[in-house]
Amino acid sequence: MSGNMNLTLKVWRQKNEKTRGKFVTYQANDISPDMSFLEMLDVVNEDLVRKGEDPIYFDHDCREGICGMCSLHINGRAHGPKQGTTTCQLHMRSFHDGQTIVIEPWRAAAFPVIKDLAVDRTSFDRIQHAGGYVNVNTGGVPDANSIPIPKVVADEAFESATCIGCGACVAACKNASAMLFVSAKISQYTLLPQGQTERYSRAQAMVAQMDAEGFGSCTNTGACEAECPVGIKLTNIARMNREYLTAKFFKQEEAH
Amino acid sequence: MLDSKVPEGPLAEKWSKHKFNLKLVNPANKRKYTIIVVGTGLAGASAAASLAELGYNVKAFCYQDSPRRAHSIAAQGGINAAKNYQNDGDSVFRLFYDTIKGGDYRAREANVHRLAEVSVNIIDQCVAQGVPFAREYGGLLDNRSFGGAQVSRTFYARGQTGQQLLLGAYSALNRQINKGKVKMYNRHEMLDVVTIDGHARGIITRNMVTGAIESHEGHAVLLCTGGYGNVFFLSTNAMGCNVTAAWRAHKRGALFANPCYTQIHPTCIPVTGDHQSKLTLMSESLRNDGRVWVPKTVDLAQKLRKGEIKIADIKEADRDYYLERKYPSFGNLVPRDVASRNAKEVVDEGRGVGASGIAVFLDFKDAIKRLGEDTVRAKYGNLFDMYYQITDENPYKQPMRIYPAVHYTMGGVWVDYNLMTTVPGLYALGECNFSDHGANRLGASALMQGLADGYFVIPYTVGDYLAGLGFDPVDKNHPNFERTRKEVEENVRKMLSLRGTKTVDDIHKKLGHILWEYCGMARSEEGLVKAKGLIQELRKEFWNDVTVLGENEEMNLSLEKAGRVADFLELGELMVDDALNRNESCGGHFRVESQTEEGEAKRDDENFRYVAAWEYKGDNLPEMLHKEPLEFENVKLTQRSYK
Repeated sequence: MSGNMNLTLKVWRQKNEKTRGKFVTYQANDISPDMSFLEMLDVVNEDLVRKGEDPIYFDHDCREGICGMCSLHINGRAHGPKQGTTTCQLHMRSFHDGQTIVIEPWRAAAFPVIKDLAVDRTSFDRIQHAGGYVNVNTGGVPDANSIPIPKVVADEAFESATCIGCGACVAACKNASAMLFVSAKISQYTLLPQGQTERYSRAQAMVAQMDAEGFGSCTNTGACEAECPVGIKLTNIARMNREYLTAKFFKQEEAH
Repeated sequence: MLDSKVPEGPLAEKWSKHKFNLKLVNPANKRKYTIIVVGTGLAGASAAASLAELGYNVKAFCYQDSPRRAHSIAAQGGINAAKNYQNDGDSVFRLFYDTIKGGDYRAREANVHRLAEVSVNIIDQCVAQGVPFAREYGGLLDNRSFGGAQVSRTFYARGQTGQQLLLGAYSALNRQINKGKVKMYNRHEMLDVVTIDGHARGIITRNMVTGAIESHEGHAVLLCTGGYGNVFFLSTNAMGCNVTAAWRAHKRGALFANPCYTQIHPTCIPVTGDHQSKLTLMSESLRNDGRVWVPKTVDLAQKLRKGEIKIADIKEADRDYYLERKYPSFGNLVPRDVASRNAKEVVDEGRGVGASGIAVFLDFKDAIKRLGEDTVRAKYGNLFDMYYQITDENPYKQPMRIYPAVHYTMGGVWVDYNLMTTVPGLYALGECNFSDHGANRLGASALMQGLADGYFVIPYTVGDYLAGLGFDPVDKNHPNFERTRKEVEENVRKMLSLRGTKTVDDIHKKLGHILWEYCGMARSEEGLVKAKGLIQELRKEFWNDVTVLGENEEMNLSLEKAGRVADFLELGELMVDDALNRNESCGGHFRVESQTEEGEAKRDDENFRYVAAWEYKGDNLPEMLHKEPLEFENVKLTQRSYK
């Protein structure tokens, strides 16, 4: 087909967490501009398997830009050159014939590489375990409409709640800070009435876990916001900082 | 043999009475039981959290790197509930009725009524968790009408309802993980069920990072593992969705019901080439304003495909708005199965559009003229952007190209009213079971069912089973654990010894083509018989000529795929058997031999008003059919008509 491309890939290969990794060069030939980036990697992998070589391991699942499982640092940028997209929604028409593409995993101490391009992001889960919820059991809750919430507040909480937990914010940050990720969840509950009763203990618990996982500090460069595929705003971080500071004064009032 | 355990009494009282009659486990005794939950989508996460809250010990498993990735997250449209907040005549009975009718009278009345009853609790629960549903300016919850429903009962969070509901269930799960009541196993794939004296007492998993094959014991096992749409290779499912857990359970004695009931969604972005890995759904809501058409003649369609003429060159009179023409009262809003079948029909006639010719137009020209581009953008902006991103075509300037794609599977593991399979102690929840959607699922009902099963059904029914067990811990030294684990290891070894010339994907794509062609939108006896032979050949090809690289003790992409495709090959054959057996058309299952004079699906209530539940009898042996008759005491069976 006309318009198809030949590309050179430099891909990070690493057998497991304990071994050293290195870049390996592959040719990706006859790549259609209509392919997604991950479909291009599928094609490369099919060739590798046919040649009896170990295919490249990368994380992915929904391929609709919502599950947050795909990652990849592409030519130095989290989720590649286009703004506001995940890697699975990046298409090869964003590249040109003859281009060299460097593909790396997320780089952060709190996201160890487990094979090739796949990293362990369970540190994100553990931050959520520490406080990313409202303490309610199933059943025995009030009627949904007994908690009116102004539309603007609900919409703002929704914007924060759309975080897909991919880790691009950490990968993009020179300090590997997870502030954008953590602040998105804290913001959602801080904005909503359901989250009020535990807002301070939540902020403290989640920030403490974030620190324990070894994520870096925030120096306000804004790289996280720029690379976030779903547009989580820096204002979330400001809100989290306020919650965290205020918590030092008010936490005792929350009976836990 | 098949006892649905539907309680006696009037429909609306069955669930309340049943709840009272179920045995309870004393709060102090709940901690003596361990429950295994496989899958962490809406059904799994909600079940794991709710059971842990009650005091049970829960072990939860998912194949993804985090429970938050489960494919429930991708559901766009919304979740139905009979709240009647809009004062427009909705009720539990109406939601029940719509669901039974929408399923073309092939679901169990009692299950569907219970689903409608608990639907209202789901919304309360999600709001209490902080799920940010769409709201009106007065601060109360907003609703919309969805999928041709006559009432507005769909709750939504922009086009990301599944994401918000799943993150709500994930938050409840996280809370229990933090309390130590749920032990979470990410990147673990279930490869078998362990039974002792006929009861499910554990599972065998593979740690996908280290390759370790592990045994896990529990007093009950809950399969919450989703649907099997990926048997078609291309579907709107996530790449990892698979039937393995359900299929291995089937081979251990769980009957598999109505496997031929698959839902093919009419509005998906068409395939662009052989490289295609999955299909993307465009929300059904687009049909509210978009008009579906193809050129009137094959000649015009050919010229358009070759680029000899442009879309704008086709005069209004030469455009066939075939849904509006054939179904004047429903027009572009006919149900999913009807819209899909008609798209296939015009494409088969040679009137398809796009380079491949396998697509139809969904045109917003008139909507933009009528409403203005800004209004259309406000309603569908995110969908138009997504389409633009994937296809590089601007839908504000030219019509979208769409084509049907496999989206949901109504069939699944057979369960009784308590959601228990035919293996005692083994349950199936959510899309993984067969129970609530009959032969066709209505829009915004999948999320409802997943959460109903997990939050509000299983916490009651599992206790009834456990209360009869005594308090002994499961004997993890029982020889069946060791034996089953060895069988799994042997199977893995067998796969890893395969060194042929084909990749696993080669075989999977072929399987997909066979099923799409002969067991897709239209099925005939001739085609199905042919498909059965082709699948049997393909299965031989898999075991003789596929290549699976690497070793078990590593992250092994080839091995993961091979295990799943081996099971899809067996399931595919059963789907064909089931479609052959069901010589009637109903919902998403269209047998060309059974249609009305106008070419619509024609049910045969006299002969096929039953659930077809299949029993595994051994490798290469035909499965045995069991019939669960469906009784309708509260609705009158009618022929669906959309003219």
